[in-house]
Amino acid sequence: MFRLILRRIVVAIPTLILVSMMIFSLQKILPGDPVLAMAGEERDPAVLEFLREKYRLNDPLPQQYLAWVREVAQGNLGISLRTEIPVTILIAQKLPVTIQLASMAIVFSVLIGIPLGILAAVRKGTRSEFGINLFALSGMSIPNFWLGILLIMLVSVHWRLLPASGFVPPTQDFWLSMKTSLLPAIVLATAISAYLLRHTRSAMLEALRADYIRTARAKGAPEWSVILRHALRNALMPIVTLVTILFGELLAGAVLTEQIFGIPGFGKLLVDAVFNRDYAVVQGVVLCIAVGFIALTLLADVLYILVNPRLRNA
Amino acid sequence: MTSSFSVIPVPAPRRRNRSWAKFRHNRSAMLGAVIILFFVAVAICAPWIAGQDPLKVGFTAIRKAPSALHWFGTDELGRDLFSRMVYGARASLLAGTVSVLIALAVGVPLGLISGYFGGLLDGCISRVTEALFSIPFLILAIALAAFLGPSLTNAMIAIGVSASPLFIRLARGQVLAVRREDYVQSTRSLGASDLRIILRHVLPNIMPALIVQATIQIAVAIIAEASLSFLGLGLQPPEPSWGSMLNTGKNFMTQAPWMSILPGCAIFLVVFGFNLLGDGLRDALDPRQED
Repeated sequence: MFRLILRRIVVAIPTLILVSMMIFSLQKILPGDPVLAMAGEERDPAVLEFLREKYRLNDPLPQQYLAWVREVAQGNLGISLRTEIPVTILIAQKLPVTIQLASMAIVFSVLIGIPLGILAAVRKGTRSEFGINLFALSGMSIPNFWLGILLIMLVSVHWRLLPASGFVPPTQDFWLSMKTSLLPAIVLATAISAYLLRHTRSAMLEALRADYIRTARAKGAPEWSVILRHALRNALMPIVTLVTILFGELLAGAVLTEQIFGIPGFGKLLVDAVFNRDYAVVQGVVLCIAVGFIALTLLADVLYILVNPRLRNA
Repeated sequence: MTSSFSVIPVPAPRRRNRSWAKFRHNRSAMLGAVIILFFVAVAICAPWIAGQDPLKVGFTAIRKAPSALHWFGTDELGRDLFSRMVYGARASLLAGTVSVLIALAVGVPLGLISGYFGGLLDGCISRVTEALFSIPFLILAIALAAFLGPSLTNAMIAIGVSASPLFIRLARGQVLAVRREDYVQSTRSLGASDLRIILRHVLPNIMPALIVQATIQIAVAIIAEASLSFLGLGLQPPEPSWGSMLNTGKNFMTQAPWMSILPGCAIFLVVFGFNLLGDGLRDALDPRQED
């Protein structure tokens, strides 16, 4: 088992290196000379040369990359050109907000996606399955920024039930924090719960076809027990792995959702950086997401090995 | 893009008939096809349908509610929203198809090579694919579009490149399955070259899976294009695109709700159509692969 886990960790290393190379090279595809942009009006050759030296732009690319990696490994992702705040600090400020939204969205989508997915599999071929499938397909097709706008119009503007935008941290006022993050979390959960629903459905269909289900039925186990204790337990493993992968999807969704609801989170940080051409921030945020995602999938795979008795004893 | 039916080249004619029959009786897939054809027709015939110039500013008709003169109302510059939405279908469908074509052009050859030849090359390509997968699709597209600069072409490139790892992985997996089949082995024993085997025997057999995935990916790409335009990274104003219309619309949520409701409806419908069609195609062409 430990060899399996170790091998899985070793495989993640080249991925990590490649990703960092890609993100590093992003700034190299920028049109124009970054030094000219930094120097602004100043076109004095001495200043330009000084900037080139300072940012190591005269070094060969591999050296520049290694220098960058060294900085990143020490937790230095550069400084935001716009706000002159270190990128690491910006990320540390914004990340908790998005994690709160994402966690709420995960809870919602698990509560919606898994029960409906089970229902769709159990009621295969009926009207309720058709309805659930249509619901899932709509959830996948609805652009989340549009859903956000519609919800604000209906819930906040028309019914005046919840605040339309802004964010309050839970440490300041827990209930207000829940109120401000409810709508964005619902928006984020829509697409995720649709994916979860469809995967639960197919995993359950697969599990319900298995021999042990026939055995369970033959020995006279009640239907709810067959579905929940025999089929679901076996279908759940791939679903758990999926939830970690969907976390990446959530971060992507947060980009637009936070924009709509004016929430100062990770996604808004990225969008603002894109608007302001604040490339150090864009690079830092994308790197942070990629590393987080690699760590999460690694965690999911290790959990899978630990939980699965067939692999645990390997 | 003009017809969704003619693009189902499945090698064995009998199987094609069976798939076609299955597809034709799938009502939701047919609904999807009808929705897509409707929007394709709108995009092609935009100049005749629109009625008004989508770029014409009218300061006497700012943010007018839908009426007989302006079916979908007008926007903050008094432009006719119906005409803008009709022309917006062009950007949306173009971006959806072209970016998926880019993803196919990049991903399928790499996946074929990776799966067919294996070895070190496969190892390298697979690692790069994994690395790309560790950045969520939309984030990668936003980052690429931001660095390339805002325009529809760059948005399509960004979306296409971001989607290509999906096709590398799909093509590779499919090739691995097909490579060991008897007909590939026997062709090889007859002395056919690798290129011939790949193009004449492997590619046609992995086509159904590619078509299914490409259809679903068009849906994803259309949402991605709308998202990029919404962020100002897509088609640049004053040219009409549904995403950027939503972006301006959200500023007038209370005064002019039609400005954000209608473009969103259009995006939803097209994407829904492609998702329905993709599901139907999967049932008809590729029953092994469920979800």
